[in-house]
Amino acid sequence: MPRTVVVAMSGGVDSSVAAWVLKQQGYNVIGATMQIWPENAAEGDAGEGSGCCGLSAAGDARRVADMIGIPHYVLNFREIFQRDVIDYFTREYLSGRTPNPCIACNRLVKWGALLRKARELGADCIATGHYARLSKYPETGRLTLARAKTLEKDQTYALYPLTQPQLRATLLPVGDYTKDEVRSLARELGLAVADKRESQEICFVSEAGYGKFIEQTSGGAGAEGFFLDESGKVIGRHRGVAHYTIGQRKGLGAFGRPMYVKKISAADNAITLADRDENLFSRGLTARDVVFMGAAELKTPAEALAKIRYSHAPARCLAWVDVTGVLRVEFEQPQRAVTPGQAIVIYRNECIICGGEIVRAVD
Amino acid sequence: MSEIYFDNAATTRVRPEVAEAMRPYLDEMYGNPSSIHKRGREAKSAVETAREQVAALIGADPKEIYFTSGGTEADNWAIFGAVRANAGKGRHIITSAIEHHAVLNTVEYLVSEGLSATYLPVDKYGLVNCQAVEEAIRPDTVLISIMFANNEVGVIEPTEEIGRLARSRGVLFHTDAVQAVGALPINVRELGPDMLSISGHKIYGPKGIGALYIRKGTRVKPLLFGGVHEMKRRAGTENVPGIVGFGRACELAREELAESAEKTRRLRDLLIKEVLGRIPYAVLNGHPEKRLPGNVNISFGFVEGESILLSLDLKGIAASSGSACTSGSLDPSHVLLAMGLSHETAHGSVRMTLGKYNTEDQVRTVVDELERIIARLRKMSPLYESVEKK
Repeated sequence: MPRTVVVAMSGGVDSSVAAWVLKQQGYNVIGATMQIWPENAAEGDAGEGSGCCGLSAAGDARRVADMIGIPHYVLNFREIFQRDVIDYFTREYLSGRTPNPCIACNRLVKWGALLRKARELGADCIATGHYARLSKYPETGRLTLARAKTLEKDQTYALYPLTQPQLRATLLPVGDYTKDEVRSLARELGLAVADKRESQEICFVSEAGYGKFIEQTSGGAGAEGFFLDESGKVIGRHRGVAHYTIGQRKGLGAFGRPMYVKKISAADNAITLADRDENLFSRGLTARDVVFMGAAELKTPAEALAKIRYSHAPARCLAWVDVTGVLRVEFEQPQRAVTPGQAIVIYRNECIICGGEIVRAVD
Repeated sequence: MSEIYFDNAATTRVRPEVAEAMRPYLDEMYGNPSSIHKRGREAKSAVETAREQVAALIGADPKEIYFTSGGTEADNWAIFGAVRANAGKGRHIITSAIEHHAVLNTVEYLVSEGLSATYLPVDKYGLVNCQAVEEAIRPDTVLISIMFANNEVGVIEPTEEIGRLARSRGVLFHTDAVQAVGALPINVRELGPDMLSISGHKIYGPKGIGALYIRKGTRVKPLLFGGVHEMKRRAGTENVPGIVGFGRACELAREELAESAEKTRRLRDLLIKEVLGRIPYAVLNGHPEKRLPGNVNISFGFVEGESILLSLDLKGIAASSGSACTSGSLDPSHVLLAMGLSHETAHGSVRMTLGKYNTEDQVRTVVDELERIIARLRKMSPLYESVEKK
């Protein structure tokens, strides 16, 4: 009996090719598109053309599935997406942190609800169109994710919280291809989605920006408060902490010179601004909720590479997990804009060894 | 893998006789019924023959049958048309909580324009209470729209009584009979609605064609404006092949009504009996007797209807949960919720609707599959585990 796999299809190029590749490899493939939009969201809002999982995506995915010759289902994950992704997103911003909703979606929706649903359909694994390669970590024999063939496309960062059982139930068929190879495969197949625009932005936030989204969905972005300079002096007013992220320069108001968000303190509703970019650099950080992937533990400081946001070029560091379970990182070169709420992912030998959520920068 | 189609309330297979009747009108008999030449005349005559066939099925006069693009347009027309024609009398409409969305969303739109609406509740079987209808009537009520039979749970509403009531109070009465026509004997003379919606593809006819019956003398404004088609009440060049197929489907339905209803009802009762007898924690939704001959709607405890449906599909068995939604995704049915079912029970429901092409063997195969699927799903359900331990 061939293995049965449920492919998360967004209607885009990568997941379409993923489905086709698996079908070619002899898997029993079932396509699924997650419906995650609140019912009252009109089409043409964020959903349309925003790559990931809008209503038009389900239609595209269905056509692709039909072409490949696999069944396809639209699965209703609205409630769980609202609770585990959107509410988390809003809550984090209102707490002065900068969340990564894609990671929450991967961990709780794709490798949570979708994997459970896949098992109900008799599948033993799920597949996605992520650019990442499943491999065995040499030192431990544990499953891990190796960075994609095309490093600019690498999506391992957003998959760091996957546990060993989740990885065992995972297939990532496009990780071995470059983006160009995937596009030309799609074209060869005559997939109508071959040249579709890529999704980059947060899928449920429209062009108006996340601050507007939070204002609209939770009735505000937090109370107005004060901007402080680095000595603690009040130098202006902010519009609510949810409007800001560490390192931000635009949208702060006129100070006669460039200013940068250095620290957001929701507890006293204050935002510290730095007047020099170099003041945003930190020598290290701490992180919580550590998930081990390639490594089974990390008790002694190890040389590694650390990635502190999706677009960050991994930086050399020493990393270890102390006895209280806190991940501690010391960078070889100070890094700019260490942002609480974002993920830190630690790599060795091109593979994830562990990751966690950034708590604070250490100077 | 052989295919078993238990979703006849969503749509039906076009009968070969119907397809055959349509073929010439997709081919050499392509005329526009409004043209004065031979091609036009033959098309016109085909449309009028079909009108007679549709009328005969529901005991109407052919002049009371207006072709539409389907059930949805018929429902929209009835509601918009009646409300606009009676704007002088009032702006209140009575409907039920379990109507098809073609009615509910139309009423909701009119409410957004200032109309007031009463959505009557239903009992646990999905039945509307006639007393409640009577109490809801106000001096400014212009229309009562209650479906003949429900598409999800198959319950047959007391439309005859509601019709009598409406007439005695001088209020227009519309009934969406899309699921009932062809399945139940319907005579508009006895039933007495002012308007009744029909659809072609639910009775082995083609999609995109339906009709609104409008009792002679009923004031209804048009929905579509343009030419003088359909006795000046519904503009647009007629869908001739669709109309011809629809007419033929109605004719066949009339000829075979009693026999096919009896056969379908037998299969339905077998399916219900077998499922309830063999699968624990299964409950029939809807009324045990006042029920469409082909409708089976069952909630299975501790599992999601969605998972059952997809598992059935993977075995080549087509069923559904509630009405077929355009996105193919599932929300808890407004009908089941209105009947007082909990979210969980509503989520665990599966609708199987039988038709003329289904057989006893198929029923037995489906019951076997269902038993296996539900046992497998319950093995994965933490809820079920805790219940079994008790």
